[in-house]
Amino acid sequence: MTSPTLEVTALCKSFGSVRANHDVTFSVDAGELLCLFGENGAGKSTLSACLTGLYRPDSGEIALEGTPLRLSSAADAIRHGIGLVHQHFVLVPDFTVLENIVVGSETGLFVDFASAEARLRQICESYGIDIDPNARVEDLSVGEQQWAELLKALYFDAKLLILDEPTATLDVEGSKKLFRIIDKLKADGVAIILITHFLEEVMQADRVAVLRQGAVVGIKKTAETSPEELTRMMVGRDLKRQTRQSTPMGTARLALESVTVEGLGERPDLDDISFCVHEGEIFGIAGVAGNGQRPLMEVIAGVRKPKSGIISLDDTVISSKGVHAIKSMGLGHIPEDRFAEGLVRDFSIEENLILGEHRGTFAKGGLLDFRKMAQNAKRLIAEFSIAAPSGETLVGNLSGGNAQRVILAREMQLASKVLLANQPTRGLDVGVIDYIHQCLFNKKAEGVAVVIASSELEDLIALCDRIGVLFQGRLMGIVDARKTNLEEIGLLMAGHALETAV
Amino acid sequence: MSELLSPEILMSIMVAAMGGATVILFAALGELVTERAGIWNMGVEGTMLVGCLVAYLVMAGTGSPILASIAAIGAGMVAGLIIGFMTVTLRVDHFVTGLGFNLLASGLTLFWFRSYVGGGKPPSYSTIDTVPIPGLADIPILGQILFNQHLLTYIALLSVPVIAVFLRRTTFGLETRAAGENPQFLEAKGLSVATRQYAALLFGSALTGLGGAFLMLAFADQFRPDISGGRGWLAIVAVIAGNWKPLRTMAAVLIFAILDSLAVHAQGVGVDVPYQFFLMLPYVASIGLLILIRSRSGQPAKLGVPYLRH
Repeated sequence: MTSPTLEVTALCKSFGSVRANHDVTFSVDAGELLCLFGENGAGKSTLSACLTGLYRPDSGEIALEGTPLRLSSAADAIRHGIGLVHQHFVLVPDFTVLENIVVGSETGLFVDFASAEARLRQICESYGIDIDPNARVEDLSVGEQQWAELLKALYFDAKLLILDEPTATLDVEGSKKLFRIIDKLKADGVAIILITHFLEEVMQADRVAVLRQGAVVGIKKTAETSPEELTRMMVGRDLKRQTRQSTPMGTARLALESVTVEGLGERPDLDDISFCVHEGEIFGIAGVAGNGQRPLMEVIAGVRKPKSGIISLDDTVISSKGVHAIKSMGLGHIPEDRFAEGLVRDFSIEENLILGEHRGTFAKGGLLDFRKMAQNAKRLIAEFSIAAPSGETLVGNLSGGNAQRVILAREMQLASKVLLANQPTRGLDVGVIDYIHQCLFNKKAEGVAVVIASSELEDLIALCDRIGVLFQGRLMGIVDARKTNLEEIGLLMAGHALETAV
Repeated sequence: MSELLSPEILMSIMVAAMGGATVILFAALGELVTERAGIWNMGVEGTMLVGCLVAYLVMAGTGSPILASIAAIGAGMVAGLIIGFMTVTLRVDHFVTGLGFNLLASGLTLFWFRSYVGGGKPPSYSTIDTVPIPGLADIPILGQILFNQHLLTYIALLSVPVIAVFLRRTTFGLETRAAGENPQFLEAKGLSVATRQYAALLFGSALTGLGGAFLMLAFADQFRPDISGGRGWLAIVAVIAGNWKPLRTMAAVLIFAILDSLAVHAQGVGVDVPYQFFLMLPYVASIGLLILIRSRSGQPAKLGVPYLRH
């Protein structure tokens, strides 16, 4: 029996006290597609970095076609025929496709552009990739750049190809094409590792290795498993789609009356918006991105001021107050762009957790109370399961899911009356999404009025009591989440008015 | 004023401009390659000054312009190594490094020169001769301007197309540009960013040192403090005004050199405009060029951004 193309045995890699990969063992045969499936931060990226020479494993063995390898740089990996297709393209925008590809593979003084181009065209033809070798990368669409990134790896006859979430930038057609290319590569005897968290793609692989907290929790043949089983393995428990609980709703907590916010152009960002959210209610905001979700959240939080109209919280008018005054009345705000608006990358977790409160409870005579900050961080890291070596870790080093937990931890403390969440689950995996939904329900049970904007309509329907739909800054209608369906919300999102008001 | 426009004087201005351009052109081409590799080297002025002093010392000691040039190249490379250690290895801010290095070079060359001279008179030597190219030097006008120059001027002019081809068509040129555009790309290809940035700095600083040597050998018979007189800064401006392209950078250098030459001739001819006005022209032009040519399309994307390896 021939050796598998790649065999990884008991691979371990730690960063400080965080175990990114622990005792990872798996193999890939020539002509096989293996999928690495796991949540954000489960250790997939670290593993691929170990396989491509970017990181050196602490222990364990990597063998290629039966021969143990010690990879100490990307050059080693390339020399042994291990190719990586990066999730975020690593290309020179100012170079042509051809120039991007030949760097590193030419040995003479002058680049032999003619023969390199001939070879590239031949590869493009055999895999059915349509791209102009002499086009500058910055002039290409994002989808075409993905092909350029793939061609970098195809150009040097890789034996093992690692694809790191390659379909994130491709449309449906592009994804299909990618899987046709993968089939051809398999037929040519290339071993392929696909890193993804899309279940549909996982099911197209031959086998799946599921990672959780840095360890392989199981390897399954796709023919013998189901998406449900894989999800369960990935999160380590059963995921029931959370649905709203019938908490009795109280009186109106947050009320908007004819709120209008000016836009940059003729059209206002928000046009005559009126609604109210009750105690213990989750109010959803649906709409195509850019139809006023962000101005709505910002005007309630006091970041922007309405041109006209009144916003009140428990009968106190807040539309004239500043952000800090509003937040200290009991409003938490999870902003849309977590790194740009919710966190400071170069601050530690401890520091990020007190942002906005740094003049209040955490200050002592104009100086920060470090002990109190550390205690606060310690408590919240445990309570919100933030995976980080310590409270002093810089937030910029956290995964998207953990960064979002830091914002959650901070804002949930503040949200004693109102919680605003704009796209809180975007780009996160099911485990974190589930956790965030649980947090929202906890707030609902405490009697907080929750406003959530999301592009995941099914989630909104499952979570919310009522859903308001925005279209070009106008509230097209408010529907009862118990009685509505995707079609009705879809029509409203497209600008069709509701026939019967709720 | 009209005396300046007589054919003989104009001719003389152009001939002298080619020589003056040589100094700045060497430094500008060196800086261009360095910047294409992503290093915003602000230490050109200091590097040139060190090149000047070393060339002077060797020329005064041995009388050999070749040895003096080689020594200045070596001195330039030492300067490049220091700047490389600061910017590439220690990832210090490129501007701070360059400014610091210039101050160091200014003080160090003065100290070195003073201790060399002691209390006595600084030794001097005769400047090098031009090397007319047989046949071509006899062409009217153009022959005098282009083909009756110093050997190093020919080398500087030839370097322009050589560097253009180097950057476009050679493997090393492509890798140098990649280091300035997207260092992570090089790393992913298994190529060292630091090696290429050091190489670019060594090459660029060697050329700058050579420019300093030419200034000493062709124009000055002895060293003076801060003799480089802002030519290193003009080289940096020429690269920006030239949009990081060799040919355009040369054009910017020629503009500075012609204005500089004009200033010298204005003093000689005795124009009744204060000569300080003419002395100011190259520097006014440098600001003017930067205002007029605002296109930065050729600027390397990661120019001046210290690169941190994974």
